[in-house]
Amino acid sequence: MGAGHGHRLHFHGHSVVHRAPAHLKILALLAFVLVVVATPRDWYAAYAVHLAILLGVVAASRVPLGYLLPRMVIEVPFLLFAALIPFIAEGPQVAVALPGGWELSVSEPGLLAAWGLAAKGTLGVLASLTLAATTEPDAVLRGLQRLRMPELLVQIMAFMVRYLDVVTADLGRMLTAMRSRGADPRSPRHWPALARTLGALFVRSYERGERVHLAMLSRGYDGRLPDVEGAR
Amino acid sequence: MHVPDGFLDAPTSVATGVVAAAGVGIALRRARAELDDRTAPMAGLVAAFVFAGQMINFPVGAGTSGHLLGGALAAVLVGPWTGALCISVVLLVQGLFMADGGLTALGTNITLLALISVVVGYGAFVLLRAVLPRSVASVPIAAAGGALVSVPAAAAVFTLLFAIGGTADVATGKVLTAMLGWHTVIGIGEAVVTGLVVSAVVASRPDLVHGARGLAARRPLVTSEAAA
Repeated sequence: MGAGHGHRLHFHGHSVVHRAPAHLKILALLAFVLVVVATPRDWYAAYAVHLAILLGVVAASRVPLGYLLPRMVIEVPFLLFAALIPFIAEGPQVAVALPGGWELSVSEPGLLAAWGLAAKGTLGVLASLTLAATTEPDAVLRGLQRLRMPELLVQIMAFMVRYLDVVTADLGRMLTAMRSRGADPRSPRHWPALARTLGALFVRSYERGERVHLAMLSRGYDGRLPDVEGAR
Repeated sequence: MHVPDGFLDAPTSVATGVVAAAGVGIALRRARAELDDRTAPMAGLVAAFVFAGQMINFPVGAGTSGHLLGGALAAVLVGPWTGALCISVVLLVQGLFMADGGLTALGTNITLLALISVVVGYGAFVLLRAVLPRSVASVPIAAAGGALVSVPAAAAVFTLLFAIGGTADVATGKVLTAMLGWHTVIGIGEAVVTGLVVSAVVASRPDLVHGARGLAARRPLVTSEAAA
């Protein structure tokens, strides 16, 4: 477990947003996305306000937008779905002029729904990315603990986060080995080989869990973790 | 597959959040009964395994790709309660640490992908296992069957939620047809991979597979005396 303890999305910094207590950031994010989701689609000005608040927080965090924007590709499939809605939704049709003199007949409520989906989804993804970029995983876990998330659930999340890089690197090495022997893990033709790889990964992960548990017991584990409880 | 913010309206999101919290609470208690103080490291490592498995993307055509969902797979390998718990933790970590799946949609995602797919997938698995011959070889086939129905089941419940709290008025019938059609195709891929993975684990460590408990051949200890 040498390298890779860093957060995939974390952007190191010391801004006000970075230093704010994690539990307050989680609550603020939850409140923000709830308000965004509850905002009626045709209150266009309200969306401008939401975006301004969010960009203000991003500016205060000194995380460059160039860092956050490429990571928003995660929502592209849903933007594609949103783009489909005007064509399949019910309601009165409206003609949209396209460049080149073409006209396209689309559903008017569908157009509004597509805008709502795209706007809400985009604001939500950018806000979540801002939390992930400014908060270390340990801090998020302590924040969840302060928000009274069940202790056991926090511990399971802590173990998953801690061993994520170990397990994914394990899989990465197995896939490299497959490719070096001429197999393509993505192709259905080689699914049997991939499945044996995943089976081996499960056995390795499960056995690693058993070893970790025994190691913890030998160090006096009694069902509580000292380091997630804010010893730092 | 993760539902983002804004897909369902606020009341529906809050309601599914309550369902998800209750479901995860029950899964926590039952998983602890199964694993006692091993729960945290074991469930954490299995969740990391599910996450790693989901990282392999398969091209499904038209420039899009799909990945394993793993609900039925986790339920067969480690049991339904621990399985549902692991998938929930994967979704929590993806939502909170990786901005994958909206925070307000977390309840919806957990309800669909962790609770519904595990309940339906494991239920179908148990039914199939009861029908098939009692042997270890039946376990992967039953697991594939469970995976096959778990994906369209989650899609059907999503359609129901979309009809109640959807933010676009698309005819429910249209959504249902599209969702079921598309997710049956995804379910076939999920079934093949799930069955193959379970058969790989059953071949090497049948004792680890929750769904194969009581089926693994008991090999009697042969001592030199008996052999002689």
